[in-house]
Amino acid sequence: MDQVAIFAYQIGVSFGLFILVSLGLAVIFGMMRVINLAQGEFLMLGAYFCTIITQAGVSLWIAIFLSGLAVGLFGIIVERAIIQFLYGRIVDTLLATWGLSLFLVGGVTWVFGPQTESIASPLGSIPVGDYSVSQYSLVMIAFAVALLVATYCLWRFTRFGLVVRGTMQNANVSASLGINTSLIYMLTFGFGSMLTGIAGAVLVPVIGAYPTLGVAYIAKAFITVISGGQMALLGTISAAGLFGTIDGIVAYIGSSVIGEITVLFVAIILLRLLPLGITGKFKRGV
Amino acid sequence: MKLSRRQFFKAASGAVAFASLPHVLKRAGIAAEEPIRVGNILDQSGILNIYSLKQISAGAMAVDELNAAGGLLGRPVELLFYDSQSDGQFNTKYATQALLRDKVHVIHGGITSSSREVMRPAVRKFKGLLFYNSLYEGGVCDRRHVSTGMVPAQQLEPLVDHVVNNEGAKKGYILAADYNYGHITSKWMQKLIRDNGGEDLAVEFFPLDVSNFAPALSRIQAAKPDVVWSALVGGAHIAFYRQFESTIGKKNMMLASSTYGVGLEQTQLSADEGDGLILGTSFVDDLNTPAAKDFVSRFQAYTGDDGYVGEYGEYGERGIKIWAEAVRQAGSPEPDAVIDALSKGGVSVNGAGGTYTVDGKTNHTTMDIHIVRGNRNQGFDVISSFSQRPPKDTQQVCDLHANPDDTTQYEVEVK
Repeated sequence: MDQVAIFAYQIGVSFGLFILVSLGLAVIFGMMRVINLAQGEFLMLGAYFCTIITQAGVSLWIAIFLSGLAVGLFGIIVERAIIQFLYGRIVDTLLATWGLSLFLVGGVTWVFGPQTESIASPLGSIPVGDYSVSQYSLVMIAFAVALLVATYCLWRFTRFGLVVRGTMQNANVSASLGINTSLIYMLTFGFGSMLTGIAGAVLVPVIGAYPTLGVAYIAKAFITVISGGQMALLGTISAAGLFGTIDGIVAYIGSSVIGEITVLFVAIILLRLLPLGITGKFKRGV
Repeated sequence: MKLSRRQFFKAASGAVAFASLPHVLKRAGIAAEEPIRVGNILDQSGILNIYSLKQISAGAMAVDELNAAGGLLGRPVELLFYDSQSDGQFNTKYATQALLRDKVHVIHGGITSSSREVMRPAVRKFKGLLFYNSLYEGGVCDRRHVSTGMVPAQQLEPLVDHVVNNEGAKKGYILAADYNYGHITSKWMQKLIRDNGGEDLAVEFFPLDVSNFAPALSRIQAAKPDVVWSALVGGAHIAFYRQFESTIGKKNMMLASSTYGVGLEQTQLSADEGDGLILGTSFVDDLNTPAAKDFVSRFQAYTGDDGYVGEYGEYGERGIKIWAEAVRQAGSPEPDAVIDALSKGGVSVNGAGGTYTVDGKTNHTTMDIHIVRGNRNQGFDVISSFSQRPPKDTQQVCDLHANPDDTTQYEVEVK
């Protein structure tokens, strides 16, 4: 029984991690087709914002949301200043966001120094039979699921979501129906940035904040979203579910390294068999 | 207060500019002489810089103090700094550049064993001298290499003895960084745990960028050890100490480490996360000796940084002091003369952590070792101290008097 619970816990943590780091990218790359190589640095900014706000004496839970808002605003600025001129120009976007990524890493190193900043892990641990698990990692899983559900509901059940999906599918038709597509692009990019900012903030108590933090997660995020395929959200959920399960089990039985290798191996096989990703053949969905 | 990069540059460039003002040099009577050049290759940036930043400042301080006291052999000492950026390829590049282009008389530097191993061939080829100021896995037998930090027989022997016999934690679970330091250190841990009648349940290695330790923590709980041994390294691995406390907790399981504290991990963690961790060290700021207190206050005055200095900071001054003494005894800064002086075995200095004596047969350093426990104030309480421990492990395998051309790194065999 303990064993089952601990396996479920490991899978949950891995799944949560995959969702947190890739959800923002699912919006920005999955829906908007913007290859944002600075997405990892958005995660890093969320982590730093959260650290600063918490160190200023604000409670962590409020800090997480404030960090999300801050990174969301930052995303909007980036969209207005850089991305809006580059829609449809994949190579240019790639170069511009890569430059942005280097700039952010350099800038944060300059301001905060290269050492790891962090805040203490809140909450304690709870016993599961002979084991104990950290409560905060359960909170992390809960955040991942909540963000996922919120995003799904926003896209699926609100007028704003409908407009966004319509605009991403065909901007010209949306524009001819009187939608301000430029505004929609900006807001969607901001929303994707906010999701990543929240993720970075949620991860701080576990991994700390350091300037090169994004580098460690950007590959994970792209692999998840690309393997997911054209339905950004469903694809990301299914890919995160698959990779999280594999990583959770293999990392527990073997080691973290073997877990990551297995995930990459499975991703390669998967994309060989389903070049368009898990949801590549789906006709409907988000 | 933390020393930011900008503040460091300001302080360092100010110090360098001041020290090289002609009237200062003339007053010291050393302006006319050709300077003795010291190359310092450390990681000012990148994930390993937590080990380097204080050492860079302490090295600069030691050189400035040498110059203020009239230089070395009547000549000024010039410090050239190279940022190896936590990347071994820069260590090779800068070691070559320092020796060939800048003609340094000695290189101080290298933090990881891998950075040392890539610099040794260059130092050998260009007939230089390398001071490696870092704790490491031991066994390097090379007359052009001087180790001033702890090796396992010095650090781990008393630490394992304390944990297994005094604390009664017989069953150990070992976590180590996935490169040569971690691999060899984990073998030492296994050997010493067994020698003390304990049991090593498992050994796991983690690449330097791993920061999710949840699977490892579950495996540890399944194995039920009495103590977890950590030889984890670098900024990302600090996450382990945080996750350990929030998952298992040191009140339920002991945590001992050969690397904790040297990267000032305790200053990044909360009181709960740092409290109770046990380690072996040759210098902590909390040592209750006049020399240690004097060093910490000089460091604070020099840098304007009142944060924890720690073992790796102290290594910066230690390396320069030992080298300077060897130069004095040799009467020349030329590498071969200094190496000859070192091999006579009489190079000994009083530093912040006590007396340091270089063993002429191995070029390793005899020093005092302390077993300490992390407290709730981001510092350490000294549990017990061991006076003048020789680098026994390396002495068993290395004799530079008999084989001056030896360049091997010997490894412990775990049976």
